[in-house]
Amino acid sequence: MRGKISRSKSSAKHTHATIGMILPLYIFTLIFVACPLLYMVALSFATPGEVHGVQWIFTLDNYRKILEPVYLNTFVQSFQLAITSTLFITLIGYPFGYFMAKLPAGGKKKAMLLLMLPFWVNSLIRLYGWIIILQKKGLLNFVLKKLDLIQKPLKIMYSYPAIVIGMIYVLLPFMILSVYSSAEKLDWSLVEAARDLGASKAKAFWTVSFRLTLPGLLSGVILTFIPSMGLFFIADILGGNKVVLVGSLIQDQMTRGNNWPFAAALAVIMMILTTLMILLYRKVTNAKEVEGLG
Amino acid sequence: MNKLIELKNLTKNFDDQQVLRGINLDIYENEFLTLLGPSGCGKTTTLRIIAGFEEPSGGEVLFNGIEISKLPPYKREVNTVFQKYALFPHLNVAENIGFGLNLKKMDKDVIAQKVRKMLKMVGLEGFEKRDVTLLSGGQQQRVAIARALVNEPKILLLDEPLGALDAKIRKQMQIELKKIQQEVGITFIYVTHDQEEALSMSDTVVVMNNGEIQQIGSPTDIYNEPENRFVAGFIGESNIIEGIMIRDYLVQFDGFEFECVDKGFEDNEEIEVVLRPEDLDIVEPSQAKINGVVRNVTFKGVHYEILVETELRTYKVQTTDYAEVGRQVGLKFGPEDIHVMYRMGAY
Repeated sequence: MRGKISRSKSSAKHTHATIGMILPLYIFTLIFVACPLLYMVALSFATPGEVHGVQWIFTLDNYRKILEPVYLNTFVQSFQLAITSTLFITLIGYPFGYFMAKLPAGGKKKAMLLLMLPFWVNSLIRLYGWIIILQKKGLLNFVLKKLDLIQKPLKIMYSYPAIVIGMIYVLLPFMILSVYSSAEKLDWSLVEAARDLGASKAKAFWTVSFRLTLPGLLSGVILTFIPSMGLFFIADILGGNKVVLVGSLIQDQMTRGNNWPFAAALAVIMMILTTLMILLYRKVTNAKEVEGLG
Repeated sequence: MNKLIELKNLTKNFDDQQVLRGINLDIYENEFLTLLGPSGCGKTTTLRIIAGFEEPSGGEVLFNGIEISKLPPYKREVNTVFQKYALFPHLNVAENIGFGLNLKKMDKDVIAQKVRKMLKMVGLEGFEKRDVTLLSGGQQQRVAIARALVNEPKILLLDEPLGALDAKIRKQMQIELKKIQQEVGITFIYVTHDQEEALSMSDTVVVMNNGEIQQIGSPTDIYNEPENRFVAGFIGESNIIEGIMIRDYLVQFDGFEFECVDKGFEDNEEIEVVLRPEDLDIVEPSQAKINGVVRNVTFKGVHYEILVETELRTYKVQTTDYAEVGRQVGLKFGPEDIHVMYRMGAY
């Protein structure tokens, strides 16, 4: 609401000078965001060349092709994986972010540092680290065996759980940070007010704290669900080609398949799904911007 | 009147800091009681202990004679109006007010009816569907009061509820709060650092400082008969003068003896005297014992505030008569204007 008002006010005040200052931003956005997107949409309606390249002949075949069982199945699989990953990430990330916001100032800083630390290392390298942990003679099996919890080493590497673990690992910080930023803003006197008005601790959490941190949770869901359909390198490295994600498919069509129009059509569908999710988020939370992104 | 709350030797420590140092206080049914003191005096902590948000480190909290200091807030027949109202931003006015009733699983129609009645009482009829975040401070305040009172508590706790309002609405809300309290006929425990607010609304004022109660009494008692230098200094403006109580009804200060109306002190006890600025009159030097020179005159609207420098100190005088700077004047006051109090440690 507030954002809307201030925006309309400022646009009324636009003078030539301010337009001059904003212009570079518009040009930049036009060249590097709008143009590539338009190119991608146009490409998705073009015909792939006989050997490689693109023939600019209008067709809907690229979209029709998505409905073929092989490709449709990729979408279903990606969705399933995204749902599973997001579920685990929510279960771990929500309490983490919520209680992090309750820490004293010093504790918050430390937790934030620990959370940011992995970002300073390339995510590919970090994923290779997981291979060392998860492989047959890896750290995890070693520890479990020493504790006498298992007889034979677990085969986690190159399986579905390995991909889920990878997804959780890479995407968890986004959930934690968006829940945290929402819980940080929560006025704890509201919780006290609920308690004062007759709510038990659980009831006060549910009716007030949870309700008011829901925007953070939902934006966390968006920030994890969408990438987890597309992070093909996780599926490649930890899953060993067992699961093909939409992201993998796009990459495949771009490189080996040499079918750019089909890749573009897939990307357009992904973009539409993402947009729908953000619209849904806005409807549920009444927020104009996604928490933690805004 | 029945005793509703008894605080017995209440103490509270936060880490190694002692915030309450033995509070003993009885609160009665239908009483408007104000905890008054500077910030950090322990008034809010006392309130939060009664509400159940803090557990005392020592001592007892009795409610109708039953110890309740371990009882969680939602099991107490007490509701709170918070400093910044703490209205739920995701609920509208009616949902905010009905929050407590909803938790009690009350019938929807009954809730709607009670909410309407409350809105009428606080003067917000027809506001049911409004967004609480778009209300003015005064309106939010009224919603907060309605939200607490709709649960029919035995006691309403108010934690500096007018602190965020501007002066004009404050005055208006003071009158309305008092009216509401008389209308619902329950005990109000009110926390404030504003002495004027305390004096104008309360039946009983409890002056606190440094985790201790300084004085308990009616607004007139507190103002006219402050028990010590702290109370006299905190409530209203005053001239505080060290003196000696020669015997009952005779006090000596500034080198003169004065008749007074106080008794019950020991003969020749060292005491302090309060002279309220509005009780002092400026007269010709020959008509008064204490003489001095006018050093400063400030126009305050209703009266002038005049600083008179005497041999030993500077007196503050509030009078409607003008006296120009540099004039030799006498300070006149009657026996009933002298308030004698016990001398306390360094302040």
